[in-house]
Amino acid sequence: MNKQLAVSTAFLLFFAPILAAADVPQFRGTGGAGVADEKNLPTQWSDQENIRWKVALPGRGLSNPVIADGRAYVTAASGFEQKRLHVLCLDVKTGKQLWERQFWATGTTLCNPKTNMAAPTPATDGERVYALFATADLVCLDKHGDLVWYRSLAGDHPTIGNNVGMAASPTLWKDILIVPMENVGESFVAGIDANTGANRWRVERPRGINWTTPLVIDNGGKAEVILSTPGRFTAHNPATGKEVWRWDGECGSAPSPVAGDGMLFVPGGKLTALKLGNGAASPEVVWQNNKLATGYTSPTFYRGLVYTVSGRGVVSCTDPATGKVLWSERVDGTFSASPLAADGKIYVASEEGVVSVLQAGREARILATSSLPETFLASPVASDGALFLRSDKHLYCMRK
Amino acid sequence: MMSRTLWCSAVLLASSAMAPAAETHALIAQIKAVGKEGKGNVAAGKAWRELVQQGPAVLPEVLAGLDDASPIAANWLRSAVDAVAARALAAGTLAAAPLEGFVRDTKHAGHARRLAYEWLVKVDAAAPKRLLPGMVNDPGQELRREAVDVLLKQAQGLFDAKDEDAARAAYQKILEAARDHDQVKFAAQRLDKLGVTVDLTNHLGFITRWALAGPFDNVKGIGFRTAYLPERGVDLKAVYDGKDGRKVRWLEYTAEPPATVADLRKLGLVDLNKMFTDDKAGAAERMREATVYCYSVVEARARRPVEIRAGSNNALRIWLNGEEIFFREEYHHGVEIDQHVGKGTLRAGRNEILVKICQNHQDEAWARQWSFQLRICDAIGGAVPVTVVTQKLPSATGGE
Repeated sequence: MNKQLAVSTAFLLFFAPILAAADVPQFRGTGGAGVADEKNLPTQWSDQENIRWKVALPGRGLSNPVIADGRAYVTAASGFEQKRLHVLCLDVKTGKQLWERQFWATGTTLCNPKTNMAAPTPATDGERVYALFATADLVCLDKHGDLVWYRSLAGDHPTIGNNVGMAASPTLWKDILIVPMENVGESFVAGIDANTGANRWRVERPRGINWTTPLVIDNGGKAEVILSTPGRFTAHNPATGKEVWRWDGECGSAPSPVAGDGMLFVPGGKLTALKLGNGAASPEVVWQNNKLATGYTSPTFYRGLVYTVSGRGVVSCTDPATGKVLWSERVDGTFSASPLAADGKIYVASEEGVVSVLQAGREARILATSSLPETFLASPVASDGALFLRSDKHLYCMRK
Repeated sequence: MMSRTLWCSAVLLASSAMAPAAETHALIAQIKAVGKEGKGNVAAGKAWRELVQQGPAVLPEVLAGLDDASPIAANWLRSAVDAVAARALAAGTLAAAPLEGFVRDTKHAGHARRLAYEWLVKVDAAAPKRLLPGMVNDPGQELRREAVDVLLKQAQGLFDAKDEDAARAAYQKILEAARDHDQVKFAAQRLDKLGVTVDLTNHLGFITRWALAGPFDNVKGIGFRTAYLPERGVDLKAVYDGKDGRKVRWLEYTAEPPATVADLRKLGLVDLNKMFTDDKAGAAERMREATVYCYSVVEARARRPVEIRAGSNNALRIWLNGEEIFFREEYHHGVEIDQHVGKGTLRAGRNEILVKICQNHQDEAWARQWSFQLRICDAIGGAVPVTVVTQKLPSATGGE
């Protein structure tokens, strides 16, 4: 078992025992890492090659699909002023729609035109899907499409929202759904009972725009949820919300951190590597590299190396111990989607629909590029030998 | 065409044939008892499953339950409608007649009728052609929107064929019927091209005449949270102590018409940068960290519920007849027509509208707007006719 696989398996056992290794339970997959334990993924596709299915979506979205138990769940928003919210369940093998549920937005739908109300990625434990929308509507459906519970967080807290839109995704830890709700109004992160939708805990957060997704890590055998806000990291006990430690430093308001080898890699105007402390001790800065600004995209830690992609398409591979950039390659396009590492490769999808596949490792090599004439803002994910790409119009399944 | 009697019979038949009415009513009531913070979720979830199991006979009653449901309960009920209807559609048991009866009954809520319509068209593809021509002035926003879309397509044909007289008449009809601002804007632009003068400021119900009092302080946002004297009752003869020792008197302001017919964000625009400058350094500079009150009086023919809709890039508070109906503390994250909505009731006769507009410290080129627009409309955006009362101010000069 390689090291990455061992980490992923441990994560699944520690945090989400129902899921299988091939599943994609949340934003960027298991642990939010942007890593998939997949093999034999396609590197090129076209109308004639490797596109196993392509499903038209009822509206735009920046969320990536989540996948479990042979089902892919994807969200979308549609209608005048995006007041219609959609949750779809598709058969992973065929793309056949198994069910769709719609909801009316109860929070503000105002946003920058680039984003939309289906920006947060749902989470799934295999039995249920938990879909959060940028309107602060939060839906729990079982895998058959039955409504388990529903929350209007904007109904609970009417000032929630901001005029540029919200995008942070929920994270599931055991039976607690960690819901980020940092915004210019009533700002908080809540630990919500996955069975009932009731709050288990709630911590106040700074008011402001923040699109980062909570990151659950294993720190010395203890689970911690990392909440990133511009200028500050805080780690909390995911069972209670109690703050364990904090670190003040530069963090972005859009990209999310990732963990690897006892370190945290914090994106923003520069990439910061933090060595986790013990217990309540704050982490220490190992290095900072101001050439690794990532814009909207989050980094990936894969097989002992850190990969980043800038908004203008500079893909970099960095030594996590030293911060030394081992290589940088420019690829076509502008980037909002975060990279995916799988099958010994790095997949980066540009907004213009060009997906570049690079060889993972210490030597730079672009293996292939493929193009689809649509807008891609969602991060690619992989499951069960297939790659899933979501555009503003379709969900694609690429499989050899 | 099916007669109204037949539809009513079909509704009654469907609602009495299979499900025990008392039980259905109780289940719907249980779902409608959901509250904030997830209150009632567990019981609602159980009731939801039982309700859905009753099958399509419950659809008219569940749809009718939406009429007075809270936004939270409405999403529970709409997902039940979707689940029941989807399963009945797959089983071939979804009947068109009860749905059409519900759609045609304008006593029901517009969003409920729209939901019924969407399922109706899945079993009766001819329904849109039969129903939409009669929905151009529908009280439901989404049904009216789709009916107007049909008219837009017809008008486009006339426009393309250069039949200008017919196109003018078609777009005039659309302008009168449309409530969503994208459709209004398009019709106005087309009429402008066809040589018809359109006054969207008046058509959409924007208030253009105001009395202004300011500046008051807003250092570190204090003005947003401080109830300066105008909030305790407007006295147009009063002289207030304002920001930096200024003496503040009420000033007249009339919004200028927009430069182009469909510049929606300029309709009725109150531009405070044109009225208030900071001349501390000897030269007039843009005012920062300041608060201004804007006051208008309108007369209404009858008491009625209204929406006060505003657009602004600044923090604002809105009062109608002394009752605060909206507030939002957010600066320079984007401005759109109707982005802020406060709900209240106009009295028959005199009504006072007071708006507080705050500017912050930001100095970026994109953060200098200090303005707002405001209109009075019904629940789907149609202008409510009012008469603006001219205010007699004691002085034409501004703050000292």
